[in-house]
Amino acid sequence: MVKHKTPLLDQLESGPWPSFVSDIKQEAEHRQANPKKLDYQVPADCPDDLLGVLELSYVDGETHWKHGGIVGVFGYGGGVIGRYCDQPEKFPGVAHFHTMRVAQPSGMFYTTAFLRQLCDIWELRGSGLTNMHGSTGDIVLIGTSTPQLEEIFHELTHNMNNDLGGSGSNLRTPACCLGESRCEYACYDSQELCYQLTQEYQDELHRPAFPYKFKFKFDGCSLCCVASIARSDMSFIGTWRDEIRVDQKTVAAYVGGEIAPNAGAHSGRDWGKFDIQKEVIDLCPSQCMRYEGGKLEINNKECVRCMHCICVMPRALKIGNDRGCSILIGAKAPILDGPQMGSLTIPFIKVEPPYDEIKEFIENVWDWWMEEGKNRERIGETLKRLGFAKLLEVAGIKPDPRHVQEPRHNPYIFWKEDDVKGGWQREIADYRSRHQR
Amino acid sequence: MAFISSGYNPEKPMEGRITDIGPRHFTEFLPPVLAKNKGAWDYHEILEPGVLLHVALSGDKVYTVRCGGARLMSITHIREICDIADKYCGGHLRFTTRNNIEFMVGSLDEAKALKADLNGRKFSGGSHKFPVGGTGAGVTNIVHTQGWVHCHTPATDASGTVKATMDVVFEEFQNMRLPAPVRISMACCLNMCGAVHASDIAILGIHRKPPIIDHENLDNVCEVPLAVAACPTGAIRPTKIEYQGKQVNTVAVKQERCMFCGNCYTMCPAMPLSDKDGDGIAIMVGGKISNRITKPSFSKVVVPFIPNEPPRWPSMTKVIKQILDAYSADAHKYERLGDWANRIGWERFFEKCGLEFTAHLIDDFRDPAYYTWRQTTQFKF
Repeated sequence: MVKHKTPLLDQLESGPWPSFVSDIKQEAEHRQANPKKLDYQVPADCPDDLLGVLELSYVDGETHWKHGGIVGVFGYGGGVIGRYCDQPEKFPGVAHFHTMRVAQPSGMFYTTAFLRQLCDIWELRGSGLTNMHGSTGDIVLIGTSTPQLEEIFHELTHNMNNDLGGSGSNLRTPACCLGESRCEYACYDSQELCYQLTQEYQDELHRPAFPYKFKFKFDGCSLCCVASIARSDMSFIGTWRDEIRVDQKTVAAYVGGEIAPNAGAHSGRDWGKFDIQKEVIDLCPSQCMRYEGGKLEINNKECVRCMHCICVMPRALKIGNDRGCSILIGAKAPILDGPQMGSLTIPFIKVEPPYDEIKEFIENVWDWWMEEGKNRERIGETLKRLGFAKLLEVAGIKPDPRHVQEPRHNPYIFWKEDDVKGGWQREIADYRSRHQR
Repeated sequence: MAFISSGYNPEKPMEGRITDIGPRHFTEFLPPVLAKNKGAWDYHEILEPGVLLHVALSGDKVYTVRCGGARLMSITHIREICDIADKYCGGHLRFTTRNNIEFMVGSLDEAKALKADLNGRKFSGGSHKFPVGGTGAGVTNIVHTQGWVHCHTPATDASGTVKATMDVVFEEFQNMRLPAPVRISMACCLNMCGAVHASDIAILGIHRKPPIIDHENLDNVCEVPLAVAACPTGAIRPTKIEYQGKQVNTVAVKQERCMFCGNCYTMCPAMPLSDKDGDGIAIMVGGKISNRITKPSFSKVVVPFIPNEPPRWPSMTKVIKQILDAYSADAHKYERLGDWANRIGWERFFEKCGLEFTAHLIDDFRDPAYYTWRQTTQFKF
């Protein structure tokens, strides 16, 4: 039985792409039928009421969710986002409808046993609706009441050995690509580094002590599948510093048309015969390759490791053996001072347990930001305000042309007194002894 | 409803409390063939749209079938995903960063059977449950935010705009015939909790009316200095006014300075922005996150405003299709949408996409604006 008429949302049930409306309806029906005879701990009809309030927004062109609300579990300052409906009389099932963020495993691999256990908790104690996954990477459980928060947390930690994720001005749940578990491009174990740093910084993740949010993301190579360079305050991007490994016979097989270029990614259109000159050599951003006499030559010293040639011929070209990662700082979306990409701070660092060098760097950067950052200022904005050179100074990194796109356009250098012979303290009488007024 | 205790004792919250344990270690969840060959993969191949082969140095092979999904997902749906993974994949699966689901099997025959099974499953309303695709030079799933489903600041809905868009570009999800991958992203306000500022095509909810000030309640629910400090353009100042015969502390907004970011509302619930006529969508294009060939780049605003037209946002999907079709017809192989626009020039981009250029599209926000103006005599007629 349909609780609310939803003529607008119903129009989103047709068309090929999976319909979230159909899915919510399916959950509503499941809860009405209640095949397991559960004593639902939040209103059984909350999916119906969610559709109802969403339909109202489709009519009104405005949201019907109230601003936040401080709710959480004891001792944590994040992981739960309070949410209340502004039409609670019409939609009592979603009057209190808080979000819980659950820490996801590195690379978002699951066993069905894990997911079924989570579904069981969320069926009894929540709305039965989720996001797989939220923008930062957490499993997001949408919709429960305040009294259920501690119960869910207790079951998650005691029965599933799993924690909540982050929210607010703290370390947000770190995220990584699938890395070495199924990718030949992975230049370091992004999943393991993500896991180890998540464990190391649990306190920073659960108890807000930062000026604003802080995100770690870990990409195994410069293709950046988890968008670390655009979306994380500290971005770890895999790279190498030796040579691309070349198998000339296999290069010849690509040239001869025996193997589809670009791992078959362009197979839906006839782009003509593979042309290594046009498709690889000419597109190399540093022009460090040539193909002559049936032999591919790479001037590795000039290579900027963009991955294009490797992507086009993945069976012939392989990432180097001396691997590690680059660390970039300060990426964020436009709020407030405009969008920022991460700025290259450590061009190359080895990624090896116990990761002491990386942790030391992180902690130096945090100490500085916690001291200097203003309320609700992302570290990228602190960098813009105080200068990139300041970051290098606090992190003890020697400035290097790799830190800039190009040198500065103005000569307004903030010299320090120590830089100048004789310092800055001068006597006007001494000056006047040489110059009349 | 009778309260069912988990075992938690509210009288003694610290008793037996487990905290700070983080997520489970990922190796608990890896399919055996992945665990065995971790860090020792040789190469991969996309055999057909949505089907990947990864070959390990050991010679082991794993076939992955990728399918799309709405990121807003019920537990009934997740249980069906589990049933599929139990039937075909020994109880293992993964999700991608773009809300796709990946099932891994040991042979091409199993992959083909799985693909057929997935493509055959439909919701009662007729849409696919698990459409296979989202690989290679095509459109993959859209990453997005909560929208009207569960957020207090949106200027549009997220799930609805995504469903409407994916229905229109669905063929490109199931094919690999574009010049390069096209990543579409959606954020329902300028906060961009699903950062869309580096996407080939970005759908962005925007407000266009300054906040309404709830003078009666503002001083009770907001810290005035925080509301003032929240404004990036300094448009908000503290003030006292007479309200219904009483002196109240409140704020005043210099409306012509408002850039409609909503940061004040984030800090102060007595300053709502949302409005049926004011709110809608901006379209941005040409961003990317990969370092391949060209550097990562930001998305650029190419359509300043499209009204909200629920439930299917036809004007918005028409614009997206126009851009995608123009790109598909004109770009070189491997050329991302932004690289194509840079090569042909933005004057050509607007011409080829049939879009109008207006003053709204010329940046006037702080220093970076200057670097987007054209300081050369190189242009096209």
